[in-house]
Amino acid sequence: MNNTEFVYTTYIKSTPDKVWQAITNPEFATQYWVNKNISDWKKGSEWKHVSPDGSQTMVTGKVLESNPPKRLVLTWAAPDDLADVSQVSFDIEMVGGLVKLDVVHNQFKQGSTMPGKISKGWPLVLCSLKSLLETGKAIDIVAVKGPCGADGDKSAAA
Amino acid sequence: MDTAKEDHDDKVFKALADSSRRALLDSLREKQGLSLSDLCEGHDMSRQAVTKHLVLLEAANLVVTRKKGREKLHYLNPVPINEIYTRWIGRFEAGRLMALDNLKKALEGDNNE
Repeated sequence: MNNTEFVYTTYIKSTPDKVWQAITNPEFATQYWVNKNISDWKKGSEWKHVSPDGSQTMVTGKVLESNPPKRLVLTWAAPDDLADVSQVSFDIEMVGGLVKLDVVHNQFKQGSTMPGKISKGWPLVLCSLKSLLETGKAIDIVAVKGPCGADGDKSAAA
Repeated sequence: MDTAKEDHDDKVFKALADSSRRALLDSLREKQGLSLSDLCEGHDMSRQAVTKHLVLLEAANLVVTRKKGREKLHYLNPVPINEIYTRWIGRFEAGRLMALDNLKKALEGDNNE
């Protein structure tokens, strides 16, 4: 285990239910994340992060905790390297009339290549989620690579 | 104009408009999850000054904290900076700007580190 840990906090003018839906509902997720998350979201079930047509699996794992619309904890690994598994938790709560969404990505294995792949993706995905929920318009995260390359792209080099 | 959003953006820009605070963010970019003592060590600032800067960075949501046992650990939260980025950089400019940025880094690289 290594100590690398990413903590992302976003305040969104929305409701906890909508934020939960945005993470777990495939049609909702494709609007701002491009890819979508598939699972029945029950504890112990598998979940997958797949391309819009479902043909490609980018991330896979198990649901460790599921308490809608407050907390979701997942294991996270690339399908071609399942041993390099890490953990992602989503915590959703109301703070001062806004939804506070905390995403924590941690528990990386020693020598994991995942931090490089995800550290630029999460801020962009969360930014796009916020934009979609607040304005109805997501960010084109495939186009806006630049310094905040989309999830799982070549930004690993950074 | 969305006043709450502009208020938040004001906080972000004010928090960034100080070299000591930017230096604290640099430290957190190098290594996430630092305690107040860790942050004081790397900087020529009093503990009170670091604390004061961290309050402003937290208010701008640029730094988030988590409790680990008795310690409060600090993390760089790049989400607000990403919002600034996506607000003004259009979809077709991103690639070109990245290329320019890489060129600048390559040209200046020798003098930098």
